Amino acid sequence: MPEDVDALVQFDDVSTQFGESWALRDVSFGLRKSETRIIFGAAGSGKTTLLKAAIGLIQPDSGKICLFGEEITNCSERELFPLRAKAGMLFQEGALFDSLTVRENVEYPLRNQQAESRLSEEEMEHRVREALRFVELEQTLDKLPAELSGGMRRRVGIARAIVTEPPLVLYDSPTAGLDPITANTIMALIAKERDVRQTASLIVTHRFQDGELMADFRYDAGAEELVPVPEAGKEDRECAPTQFFVMKEGEIVFSGSREQLHQTTDPYIRRFVKH
Amino acid sequence: MLNFLTDLIASFQEFVLVAGRAFQNIFRRPHYYDDVLIQMDIIGFGSLTIVMLTGFFSGAIIALQMSRALNTYGAASQVGAIVSLTLVRELGPVLTALLVAGRNASGIASELGSMKVTEQIDAMRALGTDPVQKLITPRLIATAVMLPLLTVIADAIGLFGAYLVSVPLLGLLTATEYWTSSWQVLVYNDLAQGLIKPFIFGIIIALVGCFYGMRTSGGTQGVGHATTQAVVSSSIWIFFVALLIDKIFVNL
Repeated sequence: MPEDVDALVQFDDVSTQFGESWALRDVSFGLRKSETRIIFGAAGSGKTTLLKAAIGLIQPDSGKICLFGEEITNCSERELFPLRAKAGMLFQEGALFDSLTVRENVEYPLRNQQAESRLSEEEMEHRVREALRFVELEQTLDKLPAELSGGMRRRVGIARAIVTEPPLVLYDSPTAGLDPITANTIMALIAKERDVRQTASLIVTHRFQDGELMADFRYDAGAEELVPVPEAGKEDRECAPTQFFVMKEGEIVFSGSREQLHQTTDPYIRRFVKH
Repeated sequence: MLNFLTDLIASFQEFVLVAGRAFQNIFRRPHYYDDVLIQMDIIGFGSLTIVMLTGFFSGAIIALQMSRALNTYGAASQVGAIVSLTLVRELGPVLTALLVAGRNASGIASELGSMKVTEQIDAMRALGTDPVQKLITPRLIATAVMLPLLTVIADAIGLFGAYLVSVPLLGLLTATEYWTSSWQVLVYNDLAQGLIKPFIFGIIIALVGCFYGMRTSGGTQGVGHATTQAVVSSSIWIFFVALLIDKIFVNL
């Protein structure tokens, strides 16, 4: 695959194995500003590995990964820190720091970057409150993660991922284990983040509805809610259309639009399409 | 068998690499002073009661046992000297280290292990923080500083326990004789090994606890396994290193 100079994340023939099984196998793709990729796949198909490899949490056995235009495949951990800090990531269960309050958790990335950003305490407080207001959890500032429900923890995780306003956010199973209403709330927040800030998103999920929501809805800032994208407007909307990947044993076995996904006859891929 | 040996060597190599990075980070920015103080409080002040109790009973028991043996040779007045040497050189550092290993190596391994299985360590890396710098180095500094201090306290309380048994309880010697003999018998060599040992044991406890915590896998069961391994390994290392240090100091 030719290198895309505008890509925020670029994978070129990336492969990695855990023991005998492939976690990633010849994975190649690029993700540009405001693009959304939904990644489906069975458990153990390499979805989380792909996300972690994108920000250098896992080093692949072969191939090349570029993050914000810089090759990270042979970077040391220290060289990766400034690049990683420019991306946001929501982990499967939120991965909030247990010993820190919600405020301290959301503040964490800002404090980490304080040397470069030189934010004052007031500015930091403002950014934290703004991020928590975005996920509608401003009232939880001084609570500990243990006092929050699973869905709330996930929302604080989103606030922490977006507080630095990164151009790229990775979401690892944001709706796993949540009831449908909470899951829709989470996906609505992710769509809102994409549309308000033109963020590029890589979203790993098991639920086809999550992908449909991202493909078919956009956030209306005036109405402050998600509204369906009219059929005619899908091509010329501000955000690039949502693309879908399906992974199997580390390989991307499908890459295409929602319509192409619907038309596929492959039994493995059809498992991820809502009937 | 070959796989076992390969795993063992790989684990040791991994341990040395983590330990190397933890030491390197002592001199690198950013420094997490708050975390060092918090860990000093947890490891030092948190272990104080159990260390004092153990020190007291060890001293009292040694005095009680030794008084009987020394009486046989008519040397009961030497009980202070014997207790002092035993506690300062060996039992003080080793018992304190074993207690702190049981309390803190397990605590460190389970805390870091839980963070590992809930992806908090990955989150830390993703947010641009070096987990070795943020989690291991503060625990290393805190344990290496606090364990010698705890050992000094355990030694002092142990000598007091032995005093209560030998002087008021058994009336083997006077208070002045007891304290003079127990102080005068000590030479710099004894004090040096009494302080070097806990310093090295502290490093072992922190690094072993952190190492097993950081390589935890397999959910909550993995956390339990890491905790047990941390206590067992650090205890064995404490005895092994005590033997090595003894060998060095005996020859001096």
